[in-house]
Amino acid sequence: MTETSHSAAPVRASRIAEVPFSRRLVAFLQTYGILIIIALLMAGLTAQSSSFLTPLNLLNILNQSAPLAIIACALTLVIIGGGFDLSAGAIFGVASVSAAWLAVNVDPTVGLVAGPLVGLVLGIVNGLIITGFNVHSFLATLASSMVFRGIAILITGGALIPVRMPEFAFLGRGKIGMVNVAVIVFLVFAAAMIFLLNRTTFGRRVFAVGGNEEAAILSGVRTNLVKIATFGLTGFAAGLAGVIAVSRISMGQPQAGVGMELDAIAAVILGGTSIYGGKGAVWRSIAGVLLLALIGNGFNILNVNPFFKDLTTGLIIVVAVALSAGRKRR
Amino acid sequence: MSEDAVRLEGIDKSFGSARVLAGISLAFARGEVHALIGENGAGKSSLGKIVGGYYSFDAGTLSVFGKPVSHWSPRAALQSGIAMIHQELQLVPELTVAENVFLGIESNRGGVLSGSEQARFRALDERCGFGLSPGTVVAELRIAERQKVEIMRAIARDARVIIMDEPTSSLTADETDKLHRVIRWLRDDGRTVIYVTHFLDHVLETADRVTIMRDGRIVRTGAIAGETKQSLIEAMLGEPADVAFPPLPAPPATTAPKLLEVVHLSAATGLDDVSLDVRAGEIVGLIGLVGSGRSELARAIFGADPSRGTVRVAGEAYDDRSPRHSVRRGIGFVPEDRRKQGLDLVQAVRPNMSLPHLRLVSRLGILRTREERRRTAEMIEHFNIMPGHIDGDVAYYSGGNQQKVLLSKWVYGAPKVVILDEPSRGVDIGARRRIHDFVVELAKGGAAVLLISSELEEVISLSHRGYLMRDGRIIGEADCRNLTVEDALFRLFNVDRAADAAALGVSS
Repeated sequence: MTETSHSAAPVRASRIAEVPFSRRLVAFLQTYGILIIIALLMAGLTAQSSSFLTPLNLLNILNQSAPLAIIACALTLVIIGGGFDLSAGAIFGVASVSAAWLAVNVDPTVGLVAGPLVGLVLGIVNGLIITGFNVHSFLATLASSMVFRGIAILITGGALIPVRMPEFAFLGRGKIGMVNVAVIVFLVFAAAMIFLLNRTTFGRRVFAVGGNEEAAILSGVRTNLVKIATFGLTGFAAGLAGVIAVSRISMGQPQAGVGMELDAIAAVILGGTSIYGGKGAVWRSIAGVLLLALIGNGFNILNVNPFFKDLTTGLIIVVAVALSAGRKRR
Repeated sequence: MSEDAVRLEGIDKSFGSARVLAGISLAFARGEVHALIGENGAGKSSLGKIVGGYYSFDAGTLSVFGKPVSHWSPRAALQSGIAMIHQELQLVPELTVAENVFLGIESNRGGVLSGSEQARFRALDERCGFGLSPGTVVAELRIAERQKVEIMRAIARDARVIIMDEPTSSLTADETDKLHRVIRWLRDDGRTVIYVTHFLDHVLETADRVTIMRDGRIVRTGAIAGETKQSLIEAMLGEPADVAFPPLPAPPATTAPKLLEVVHLSAATGLDDVSLDVRAGEIVGLIGLVGSGRSELARAIFGADPSRGTVRVAGEAYDDRSPRHSVRRGIGFVPEDRRKQGLDLVQAVRPNMSLPHLRLVSRLGILRTREERRRTAEMIEHFNIMPGHIDGDVAYYSGGNQQKVLLSKWVYGAPKVVILDEPSRGVDIGARRRIHDFVVELAKGGAAVLLISSELEEVISLSHRGYLMRDGRIIGEADCRNLTVEDALFRLFNVDRAADAAALGVSS
C-alpha cells in the first residue's frame, strides 16, 4: 500500500533518499489507476453521447449495479483475509427464492428481512466447513455452491415464484426523492464495510489473517472466527443482493445469480485487491464494479455489438492484473 | 592491461525511497580474496549482487577487466567471467553433480546432448581436487559439498571473479575450514574472490583485503594485516565497540514471586516431563542444541501447540493454553522465525505492532488511531527502529530492524512473562546489542524472561540461571554466572572429548 502516510520524522535521514518524480508518478498511477480509467471512460462517453452524463443515467447505472456492488464489498473482506468465495451466486439464488416464498406464504416484509439472514447462515456454514475441516475455501465454496443451488431448486420445486405485492417491490424499485432505495441500501452497506475494515479491530485481524496467518495465530488472533465472520458477511451481502433483485423483478427464480460470484471476483481483482490476501480496500472493489458497469453502459449508449463486451471486459481485467503484478516487482 | 578485475566508480542504488548504496568507488584486484563486511543493511550484499549482475544500479560505472559494462545481467556477468554463489544455493537437487556443473553449457550438437560430460567432469575435478563423484544426486550431498558443486560450476564457466554471499552461514566449523582452503586455492589460481560475510574471524583468517561498509557507503578499504576484530567492529559501527554483553541485574531474591511455573509438561512435539520456574526479574536460559526441544517447550507454554501438564502464571493455574489466552494473561512470545511466524510482511509497522494488543488501542472494537500512532512512535523511539516511519513497509527493513518491530509488538502490552526464541538470530551487531539491552531491561522491569538461543555464549552470558535441555527433557540446571560454554557443551553432549563437541557445529 503506497498510500500510507509517513508522518513520523525519520530518525536518521541518511537512508531516506528523495524519491524521483517519475517513480512517484508510476506509484500514483498504480494506486489510483482504476479511478483514472473510470474518469477517462466517463469523459469519453460524455463526449460521445449527450445522454450519458445525466443524473438519471448515472443513478440508473448505480441502481443496476447495486446488488453486484454489495456482494463485491463484502467479498473484498474474504479475499483480503486470504479466502475465496465461489458460492455468492448460489446464496443469492437461495435468498431470492426464500424471500419470494416467504412473501407469498407468510408476509412480504418477513421475506425481505429473511433473505439476508438466510445468506448469513449459509455464509457461516461455508466458514464452518472451511475452518472445521480445514478445506481450502476455493474447494469448499465450489462444493457448497452446488448444494446451495440444489436447495434453491428444492424450495421452489423447480418452478418460478411470482410475487405481485407493492410492499415487496419497494426495496428493488422504490425511490426516496429521486434516489433509488437500492442505491441507498448499497451506500449504507458499503460505508459499513469500509468502516469495519479500516476502523475496527476486526478489520485489522482480517488483514493479519490474510497477510500471515501463522503470525496472526501467535498474536492471539482467533483466525478461524475471523474467517467465519468474513464468509458470514459475504453470505449476508449475497442474500441482501438477492432480495433486492427478486424485489425488483417480482419473481423468485432458483437460477437467479448464476455466474454472479465470478463478476464479483472480477470486480474485486479489477479494483486492485490482492488475490494473495492481506492487501486491498473496499473502495477499490466498488470502483471495479463501476468500471464493469460503465463498460456495459458504454456499449449500450454507443450501440456497439454486445459481442465485444465480454472480450473488452476480459482484456481490461488482464491489463489491470498485470499492472498490479508490476507493483509487486522490484 | 589493468590490474583490476572489477572496478566500480560512483555506484548508486536505491530501492524505492531507500538508498542502499551511495557513491561506491572500489576496485577488486586480480588474484585476491576481498572481503566485504558491514552490519545488515550496510549494503554489502547489494554491492555483491550488482557486481554479479543480479541488481541494476542507478548511477556510476562498473568496469570488468578494464571495460565499462552497459547491459549488465547475471548472464552478461557470467560471459565476462563473473559468477555469484548465493546464500541459498541455486542447484537443481534432482540432478547429478555433473549435470548441475554443466547445466546450461552441456556439450551438444544442435541441441542434442553429446554425452562427454564424464570426461569433462574428470578434467575439471583434477584441477579443483574436490573429489566429488559426478553421478551423485545433489539432493544427497551436504551443504558444504553442494557449495563445491557451485564453485565447480563457476570454474567450468571459467569464472575469473567469484562472489560468495555469506557462504559459511550454514556450515560447521570443519566445513568452513575446508571452504577457506578452496577460497585460497582459487586465489592462488589467479582468480578474484569477493567474500561477503558477517563472520569477522573468517575475514581475518582468509581475506587479503577488506572493505568495511556502513549505511551504503565505504568506511575504508585496506589490507587485512593490521586489522583486528575490534578494529573491524569499530569501523562497522562507527563508534568504539563494546563486544561484551550488558551487565545483568542482580538475581531476584528467593522470595520473589514465581511468575512462570511449568510442572510435568509433555507434548506430542517431543517434550517429555519438563518442569521449570522463572521468578520476577529473572532471566532464565534454555541451553540446548538445535532439536533439543527448546522451541517446542516455548510453543507449548504459550499454547501454540497442545500439551499435557501444569503451567502456572503468577501463581494461577493456566490450563486453557492458547496464544489468545496467553496474550490475555500477559505472556509475550517472540518466535524464532520472524518472517514466517512473527511479522505480517504485507502490513506496515503500525498494524504489526498493535496486533496482539488491539484492545489497548480500541474502544468497543473501534480503533483509536491516535493512541495507536502514539504508541507506535514510542516504540520506534525506544528501539531506535530505522527507518522511523510509523507506517513504514516492514518487509523492506533490515533483519535487525524487523526484529525490533517484533519485540515492540510484545512490549506494547507490558508482559509479565516473556519468552524469546532466538531473539538475535540474523541481526547485525548494533541491533544485537540493542536486543541484549532489551532483555536486561525486561528483567529490571520485573518481568520473568525465558531466553532461547543456539548461541551458547549468548544464552549463558545473558541468563541468571539456565536449564540444560536434550531430547525434549531437562537434564540439569546451572547457575549461569559460573557456567562456561565448554562445560555446557560437555553436559549437553554427555561426552568427554571437546573435539566431538566442536565438530557438531555449535558456534560460540
